[in-house]
Amino acid sequence: MQLAREELEQAYKQMKTIREFEEHLHREIMTGSIPGFTHLYAGQEAVAVGVCENLTEADYITSTHRGHGHCIAKGCDVIGMMKELYGKADGLCKGKGGSMHVADMDVGMLGANGIVGGGPPLATGAALAAKLDGKGSVAVSFGGDGSCNQGPVFESMNIAAILKLPSIYVYENNRYSEHTHCDYVIASESIASRVEGFGIHTVKANGFDFFEVHEVMKELIAKAREGNGPCAVEFETTRFYGHFEGDPQDYRAPDELKDDRENNDCITIFKDKVTEAGLLSDDDINKLDEEVNSLIEESVDQAKKSPLPSPEDVTTDVYVSY
Amino acid sequence: MTEKTYREALTDALFLEMRRDENVFVLGEDVVGGTGSPHAEPGFVGGVFGVTGGLHEEFGLERCIDMPISEAGIAGTAAGAALAGKRPVAEIMFCDFMGLCLDQLMNQAAKFRYMFGGKATCPMVLRTTYGAGMNAASQHSQSLHPLVTAIPGLKVAMPSTPADAKGLLSTAIRDDDPVIFFEHKTLYTITGDVPDGEHLVPFGKARMVSEGDDCTLVATGRMVSFCENAAQALADDGITCDIIDPRTTSPLDEDAILDSVEKTGRLVVVDETPPRCSFASDIAALAAGEVFSSLKAPIKQITGPHSPVPFAKELESEFVPSPTKIRDAVAEVVNFK
Repeated sequence: MQLAREELEQAYKQMKTIREFEEHLHREIMTGSIPGFTHLYAGQEAVAVGVCENLTEADYITSTHRGHGHCIAKGCDVIGMMKELYGKADGLCKGKGGSMHVADMDVGMLGANGIVGGGPPLATGAALAAKLDGKGSVAVSFGGDGSCNQGPVFESMNIAAILKLPSIYVYENNRYSEHTHCDYVIASESIASRVEGFGIHTVKANGFDFFEVHEVMKELIAKAREGNGPCAVEFETTRFYGHFEGDPQDYRAPDELKDDRENNDCITIFKDKVTEAGLLSDDDINKLDEEVNSLIEESVDQAKKSPLPSPEDVTTDVYVSY
Repeated sequence: MTEKTYREALTDALFLEMRRDENVFVLGEDVVGGTGSPHAEPGFVGGVFGVTGGLHEEFGLERCIDMPISEAGIAGTAAGAALAGKRPVAEIMFCDFMGLCLDQLMNQAAKFRYMFGGKATCPMVLRTTYGAGMNAASQHSQSLHPLVTAIPGLKVAMPSTPADAKGLLSTAIRDDDPVIFFEHKTLYTITGDVPDGEHLVPFGKARMVSEGDDCTLVATGRMVSFCENAAQALADDGITCDIIDPRTTSPLDEDAILDSVEKTGRLVVVDETPPRCSFASDIAALAAGEVFSSLKAPIKQITGPHSPVPFAKELESEFVPSPTKIRDAVAEVVNFK
């Protein structure tokens, strides 16, 4: 743990913001006030934050249908995101994207993505742009265990390898591709062992531990920045909610979620580590919790008050020029 | 003006645009050719139809990128690079192969701007070849412009002359929206006068190929010259036609078509695709909906049949609309009582 106090506070705050954002959505979706399909990231926060704390706004990420965590970790405005999820006119994407398409070019967030495996080809392209620009930026694609079986993902990694692009393919293995177990749908021993076949340096790591994620990514991102070509990581992780909100999760073991919440909660693990090491106190944590809670409350309050889009907006922003 | 082939005109546009903007680069299968071969220097292919030939000598292999045979990877890489501020010109050898990368076009590039609330741009061009006429059979001969024209967020250009090939490609590269650029594979060797230096043809502005009084012919790409042949034969019988080449099917110059139909009262649309949900049916519906009272005869659509493109010469030429079929259709609507 070689992080400065401010870095630890920032990491905790980001993870906690994601958690509370998702917990709010989980409660609110049941009331019917959030339209559409929503896939919650709660449980996986250490991965998004551990990765993105190594990135700057000049770096790119692509995300997935389970993308809120990546968006927050990369610096998307939380209030703008909440407004977007409520489908409001002043949401981050003017109410046209919703949960699965949150994006903010200004912070290098190239979009959550409704297509499983949609992100890696785009991250590969962004990495090519970064290489052509020659300023040391990198592109990270987040994907789940489901995405590792998509053909375009294979193509992307091969292209990145032959062109030596500064791209990092992050696989968050949360055990389930929708409702099907990863052991069944992935023929190779692991995602990591398959990715190695593309000639890409690949690491398998514990995604429950922010510090392990952060350290692994620090090294891989530095290598990519230096022009050593792409790399990949498979993080073991878990999601605390279903594939989508409303998923009864009958496919999980009876005590699996209880066990994950008790033993594999990345936020609890982080808190225990920093408090036991005396790096942050319980008071520090409580203070950060309060900041996060008021930010989420503020975002919900604003989202509820925000105006709805106008019918005429349906045909705006289809093109730059017509 | 210099006389150039359609192929040379396209290459000309690529040279000029790559010189003008260092964000422009080309990528695709064998766009250079020979990259990495221990037996050859790069550059011996220059695109299987020769359009990207010579570019790497001036712009280097960094901006002329030979890609693996990975259409989804090529289109996705282009879309991602465009999202990150570059102006990639990707080549997909045959539009039939768009089947392998349709997600990158349909769900990604086409929708970024809209989904992201108007904040993103995706200035990519996807060049591809299309059309029958080379006995290339069902998977190398399709005309898939209706498929992408139907997708909001994409623009679609399909030049019929060398001058338009240069002007439309230059415009496509400078355009901030994703453009699917269709090059008819039988047109690469046709010649015509091409303006020297910068030449831009605006999107959504039809070319009035010829003017007449009795019938409006609408066609794109190779079918434009077929219409010209038909019109010449019809002129001997005293029948004259407006021939309109929309040049881009998205955006579409609706006014040019509707004004002409109002004038002539008759419409024949020619397209070398199957008939269902096609460019021809789209134009026919437009005219029927907007200028119905001007029509003196039923609208005719001259298309291929509802079949894949066949291989054998006799079958393929039966599939493709011919000048004779076009002439007969015009004669029929002009004589309609």
